[in-house]
Amino acid sequence: MTNREIILGRIREALKITAPHPAFHDGPVTAPPLPASPQKWLPPVGGTLEEQIELFRRNAEDLKAGFRECTNVNEAGQYVKTLALAGGWKKIGLHSGDWTDPVARELGLPEVRTDGGYAVNDLESCDAGLTECEALVAQTGSVLVSAPGAGGRALSVLPPHHVVLARRSQMVPDLTAALQRVQEKFKDKFPSFLSFISGPSRTGDIERILVLGAHGPKKLTILLLP
Amino acid sequence: MNAHAREFNEAARQQTADLGQRDWIQKALAGYYAKRDEFKNRFSNWQGARDTAAAVKWEAVNHLDRYLDEFASRLEARGAKVFWAPGAQEARDYIVGVARQHKVRAIIKSKSMTAEEIHLNDALEQAGFEVVESDLGEYIVQLRQEPPYHLVFPAMHLRRQQISDLFHDRLGSERTNNPEDLTMIARRVMRRKYCEADMGISGANFAIAETGMISITENEGNARLTTSLPKVHVAIVGIEKVLPRLSDLALFLPMLATAGAGQPITCYNTLYGGPRQPGEPDGPGEFHVVLLDNRRTELLADAEQRDALHCIRCGACLNVCPIFKNVGGHSYGTTYQGPIGSVITPHLRGLQDWKHLSQASSLCGACTETCPVKINLHHHLLHNRRNAIHARPARLEKLVQTGFVFMMRRPRLYEWGARVGRILQPLQRLVRGTILDPLRAWTKTRSFPPLAEKSFRELWRERKKP
Amino acid sequence: MDQFYPQTGMNIVRVLERLGHSVDYPEAQTCCGQPAFNSGYWDEARAVAERQMTVFHDAEIVVIASGSCGAMLKVFYPELFQGHPRESEARALAAKTFEFSDFLVNRLGVLDVGARFSGRATFHDGCHGLRELGLKNPPRQLLQHVRGLELVEMQEAETCCGFGGTFAVKFPMISTAMGEVKCVSIAETGADYVISNDSSCLMQIRGVLDRQGKSVRTLHLAEVLAQT
Repeated sequence: MTNREIILGRIREALKITAPHPAFHDGPVTAPPLPASPQKWLPPVGGTLEEQIELFRRNAEDLKAGFRECTNVNEAGQYVKTLALAGGWKKIGLHSGDWTDPVARELGLPEVRTDGGYAVNDLESCDAGLTECEALVAQTGSVLVSAPGAGGRALSVLPPHHVVLARRSQMVPDLTAALQRVQEKFKDKFPSFLSFISGPSRTGDIERILVLGAHGPKKLTILLLP
Repeated sequence: MNAHAREFNEAARQQTADLGQRDWIQKALAGYYAKRDEFKNRFSNWQGARDTAAAVKWEAVNHLDRYLDEFASRLEARGAKVFWAPGAQEARDYIVGVARQHKVRAIIKSKSMTAEEIHLNDALEQAGFEVVESDLGEYIVQLRQEPPYHLVFPAMHLRRQQISDLFHDRLGSERTNNPEDLTMIARRVMRRKYCEADMGISGANFAIAETGMISITENEGNARLTTSLPKVHVAIVGIEKVLPRLSDLALFLPMLATAGAGQPITCYNTLYGGPRQPGEPDGPGEFHVVLLDNRRTELLADAEQRDALHCIRCGACLNVCPIFKNVGGHSYGTTYQGPIGSVITPHLRGLQDWKHLSQASSLCGACTETCPVKINLHHHLLHNRRNAIHARPARLEKLVQTGFVFMMRRPRLYEWGARVGRILQPLQRLVRGTILDPLRAWTKTRSFPPLAEKSFRELWRERKKP
Repeated sequence: MDQFYPQTGMNIVRVLERLGHSVDYPEAQTCCGQPAFNSGYWDEARAVAERQMTVFHDAEIVVIASGSCGAMLKVFYPELFQGHPRESEARALAAKTFEFSDFLVNRLGVLDVGARFSGRATFHDGCHGLRELGLKNPPRQLLQHVRGLELVEMQEAETCCGFGGTFAVKFPMISTAMGEVKCVSIAETGADYVISNDSSCLMQIRGVLDRQGKSVRTLHLAEVLAQT
């Protein structure tokens, strides 16, 4: 017998007795169907895109992330340039993309591109990572990134400042919608990595005092493009 | 009394006498209570969310065979290697084997209570591998060579000065009392480790059957780095971590963050569905998922307490438990502290050896009230007590209980007993608090009320007299 | 209640009679069996419980002075007798049993019992009353209608006092530490009285307050409601 069969056998033996369902106190019953979306329990989200952007802005602020709406890619490039000057950036990491390319051109700094693989120490020495994303979640202020859509796993976590370039059409109301969006997009060809990023890296492990930039980025800036 | 019970009593005696530590833990949790309540209140309906979460976990755990099979098959289809570990030994051997096979030099690890449960670090170190904990709190307790104090806040018992001294002694850093500076010292050390390590070990918070993915919740980014840079990633996952559908995360991620840490959402919630896929720029070439039973199926077989497998290890029950707050995390002597630990440890490590944890409870029920997946925690402590007595009654206590029943079924005898008590009471007063006092366990620290001159039933009789 | 705090019982009788109810006290009753139940001796607890079930078989309503004993009858008897020949009897007793404040507020709909009591008081939630029976509001509603009484909430109102039955003597160090946390919180309110609907909690709180040398007085809810 394989270990798989051993464990599944133990489970089947154990489950011969049904446990009472939590919704009913007096013995086993047929479980009611699970709801398709838990949204009715979760914090409310506005119905319109403008309301959702506003909620995202508030949540991002609470999470200590920067958020800015830009009317076009030039404006985004200009804004990132001010971040680069303020932060004294000398080198940036990025992946090739519709938005990342023009913004990087505007910066004119040495680049580490992750597209075809990279040396870890090169990326580690970058001052910022520039990525796109799969979705922005209004309800939680989160950015959803994927391995193919955001230059792999490390680009969005290794450099000390993560800059996200997103489109308005990527704003979704809640986590359910974000997960649905990636399920529809990738179908059965799921990437190996998806991450909801909610603010810059943080810790409270010393006396429960909040410190930003524990291991990942100390700063997170999200730019919303048309 | 067995050795574990004696150790618990001794540790509890020391901890409860440490008033500074009591205040420290109370203070450490005060901020958590405020934030937890703030974010619970942002939910449209927190109680409804708890009901649904409990129902989802019930569905997963009561069809565990089907969902685990689905989870493993989908992972394997994307090139992950799934190892089914019936016990701790098999899991350790497998992971040590993976390390040997890849001739790894350095291992970086993110927080995993399941790895603590099987003492994975010890096994790897004995096999000659260096393992570094990357979560800040875990790193601190690793340097101190002690186990985590709390499921979620491993170093909550320590003051900044202690951490400063520790870093100074072990890392040679300058002393500082600034938490940010201390964090940056660890960050610098860890950055080198991420780049050097060739194997990353993580746990998992959830295992998604529908899509074959594990989900890891963290704030620091250490788990993301642990699972991005090394060429091998091993995730150790308890079999009870299953959720049926990807969309279930939309409920569980905010609930875990709110109940566990008083956050609306944790900083990084990451899904891993395999090794690096074609066209992806980075990620490990090998992804191993170790599914651990280690007597979870024995708990599963106990239908009465099966809901203890719903646990998402948020630690909320510890944070509200007056026992935990007074004896602290290390007194338990278990991987899982607090109410959930007292419930499941007897199943995972033997009822007779660990029943004392079920007895060390006032049964106040604060744990059950706060549990986001509605585990009937404090009633399970009663069930463990009953099962322990059933299997092996304590002779003296059994005699006392039999006497109690005999008296309480005979009202006359009960009344006579009370009268005798009243007569003997002045004698007790003479020896109060001393070794001769039969009520010493109470009177050593508390005053004891006198028996009333007349019992209620005597007053009642007098009142009824015409 | 019978042996240590008979006045609590007499005061409950006074309040109920003032509201026009007739009260009987079957003298054959003893203990609900909770000490055995909580220690894991369920067979023994069942033997004691059966006795009480017989005693109260014909009562219309059973009113209980302590949330803890109330929880035993209302919540744990049905569990104790699950699958037992007398299960339906246990459930019937549970259905007609009420903790004192529960009976006044939820069964009779009475909030004002016409009591008068002057002083500043804080209320301690007994865990069984609060969490097993869900009685957060009824005792407070009753106290809010007592003339002359100022009710202040303590920070740790819902935190266990550390009594817990045999736990208090099996783990006296933990039990006492919990009691101390509780009593610090009581003292912080500056109240003259701490009131509860559970005699066993009051015994623990009194015990710790005495050792701390604090002059706060402990009172059962019924003792306050009986004052006119």
